[in-house]
Amino acid sequence: MATPTIDRQSSTESTTQTISLVKGLNLALRTCMERDPKVLVMGEDVGKLGGVFRVTDGLQKDFGEQRVLDTPLAEAGIIGTAIGLAVRGYRPVCEIQFDGFIFPGFDQIVSQLAKLHYRTQGRVKLPIVVRVPFGGGIGAVEHHSESPESYFAHTAGLRVVACSNPVDGYWMLQQAIECDDPVLFFEPKRRYHEKAQLDPTAKPYPLFKSRVLRNGTTATVATYGPMVRTCMDAAIAGAEDGVDLELIDLRTLSPLDLGPVYESVRRTGRLIVVSEAPSESSIASEIAARVQQECFYSLEAPVLRVTGFDTPYPPAKLEEGYLPDLDRVLDAVDRSLAW
Amino acid sequence: MSSPERWTQPQPDGTVAATAAKPSAEQVIAGLRATSEGGSELVQLLTPEGERVSHPEFDIDLTAEELRGLYRDMVLIRRIDREGKALQRQGQLGLWAPLLGQEAAQIGAGRALRPTDMAFPGYREHGVAWCRGIGPKEILGMWRGIDHGSWDPMKYRFHPYTIVICNQCLNAAGYAMGQRFDGKVGDSDGEATMCFFGDGATSQGDMHEAFVWASVYDAPLVFFCQNNQWAISEPTERQSRLPFYQRARGYGFPGIRVDGNDVIATLAVSRWALDECRTGNGPVLIEAFTYRMDAHTTSDDASRYRLSTELEEWKLKDPIERVRVHLARTGMADSDFFESIQAEADVMAADMRDYCMNLPDPPAERIFSNVYAEPNPVLDAQRDEYLSYVSGFAGGDH
Ligand SMILES: Cc1ncc(C[n+]2csc(CCOP(=O)(O)OP(=O)(O)O)c2C)c(N)n1
Ligand SMILES: [Mg+2]
Repeated sequence: MATPTIDRQSSTESTTQTISLVKGLNLALRTCMERDPKVLVMGEDVGKLGGVFRVTDGLQKDFGEQRVLDTPLAEAGIIGTAIGLAVRGYRPVCEIQFDGFIFPGFDQIVSQLAKLHYRTQGRVKLPIVVRVPFGGGIGAVEHHSESPESYFAHTAGLRVVACSNPVDGYWMLQQAIECDDPVLFFEPKRRYHEKAQLDPTAKPYPLFKSRVLRNGTTATVATYGPMVRTCMDAAIAGAEDGVDLELIDLRTLSPLDLGPVYESVRRTGRLIVVSEAPSESSIASEIAARVQQECFYSLEAPVLRVTGFDTPYPPAKLEEGYLPDLDRVLDAVDRSLAW
Repeated sequence: MSSPERWTQPQPDGTVAATAAKPSAEQVIAGLRATSEGGSELVQLLTPEGERVSHPEFDIDLTAEELRGLYRDMVLIRRIDREGKALQRQGQLGLWAPLLGQEAAQIGAGRALRPTDMAFPGYREHGVAWCRGIGPKEILGMWRGIDHGSWDPMKYRFHPYTIVICNQCLNAAGYAMGQRFDGKVGDSDGEATMCFFGDGATSQGDMHEAFVWASVYDAPLVFFCQNNQWAISEPTERQSRLPFYQRARGYGFPGIRVDGNDVIATLAVSRWALDECRTGNGPVLIEAFTYRMDAHTTSDDASRYRLSTELEEWKLKDPIERVRVHLARTGMADSDFFESIQAEADVMAADMRDYCMNLPDPPAERIFSNVYAEPNPVLDAQRDEYLSYVSGFAGGDH
């Protein structure tokens, strides 16, 4: 994933290293665990195996079984006990093995994780991160390719973020662990092995801020997670046809940081929101609603959404049709321009 | 055989009481030993050496033909399993969950089921599927990524594979409740249900709820746990202090541990348990003590978390080999028989491969099919819009 802004920030050649998203997340966990003995990692197969995606590789070996917990196989248990540990002063980082397996833990997330601070009038803080590999594109069987982020953005009391590239993964996870609110941290699993240059001495970009990745004049594209790369590819392809897209990586889904989107739409007059998640009652819908309210007089066309369909995630052989791709993004741009 | 009351009575001295607040050190050690070695309460009718032994409560008389049939089932399903793995390795399947090592557990349980019974599988139950009449071809769909399950669950009385760990146990409890509500329970012609899950699944809240529901509604449900010693990389000690079968007692129904690599014992115990359920004495928990001889799935690398010596030890307890030895030694089968079964397996695997390679990709509109039973105009519009977008490409005018 191209993150030109960060690459240019590289100060000293020697500290820069090439990392994958998996490596960036792994380094972030390691850094936080070294910094704060209260940071715990817990989940299924996160210890000896290092997680099915190897994000926690080597951590149990170096920090021991009491800081990296191979938990029993139960997501309600993982979230519920993380809450108790947090009440006791720990900062648990929970791994949910795949997006589709978060639902056994949904009750604990919605009823306790999201509400305990409110219910105790701020007396109990829950600095818990729930890491969720999400999205499709890896040819997996059922329940391994879902995009459930809207459920959590819909729930007051949770912060929801999605990283899109290795460098953001490295910084955003550390920032999420430092946050005193519960953070649902979505990781685009199909981008796990993409690489980028990391300069760990650079100044991190704030967690709860969206970010303009490419300046353009024809239309604005706002997206997050795995679709950032897809939209960047669309922007590059569009540029050859004289379509100059402005691309914004939303990064934070709750709270949304739409300032840069409003500013952009006021210039371009057109907005395409792209996500893998189904569109009905989604983050994309929320953005469309807010932008039409804030930028009504600047809009040259309605806000268009390019998303997964309002169906269950299909079998792998059909996911290519289900997932937004470069063509569907550019098609939406065409439709916006033709309005 | 034994009535359920027997299992809710105080246990004889020396056994671990499931209700004890905290087991003593000796009890924990006994429990862990039982977890790792099978334990003294393991029901076995055919030793790993192929010797037929008897059991005071669970024994069955099988004809030579029946035994040869069980052998054939296991050889065929192992061959199918190996072909599934090979097809994945060659890029024909997206994933495969191997059952290698669990043939006896699955065939023993599967052959105990009657056509009127119902079964709820996890995702590894290719052997049970086989017993329900679902051949390798119909299993391929979900692993190849062309559907989420190819068979008609009610036709075969075999629910779709369930990937979300333990969800199916509650669904099975509900189905079994329905069998009772419909008056299908009460005599030896009654119906029963069997649900399949792993050692890891026992940690889910759904497991507890399924135990509670099945027991308070006297559901005719056999909980069939294949303890294959591993939940991906996690050993059974991460899920339980107590051997799994002993958990049943806390819910007020019998729990039995059977040698899951012994197809005769598994069949005997499963038949008994299903009969208990038919006649109204359900539920029952069976823990089939077995071993996952392959990786968790084709995506997994088991060498990262377990020693190969463990596999070598379990190879000595191979579920098929002991039946082969027994058949040969007793003269119930000769080398012609073994060769003919192997030949049949190879033909079947070739057929499966052929079929797999020629499976067409599903049409794009399938994405939108069957989301709802009733018409949904909003979704229909989304489908139409998408299909017209796709047809634009076909015309080459994009
Ligand atoms: C709710 C849920 N959480 C996590 C997973 C990922 N997962 C798939 S299989 C598995 C281990 C299951 O172990 P076990 O129950 O022993 O069955 P086995 O695979 O050994 O047959 C895990 C953690 C899942 N499928 N569903
Ligand atoms: Mg297991």
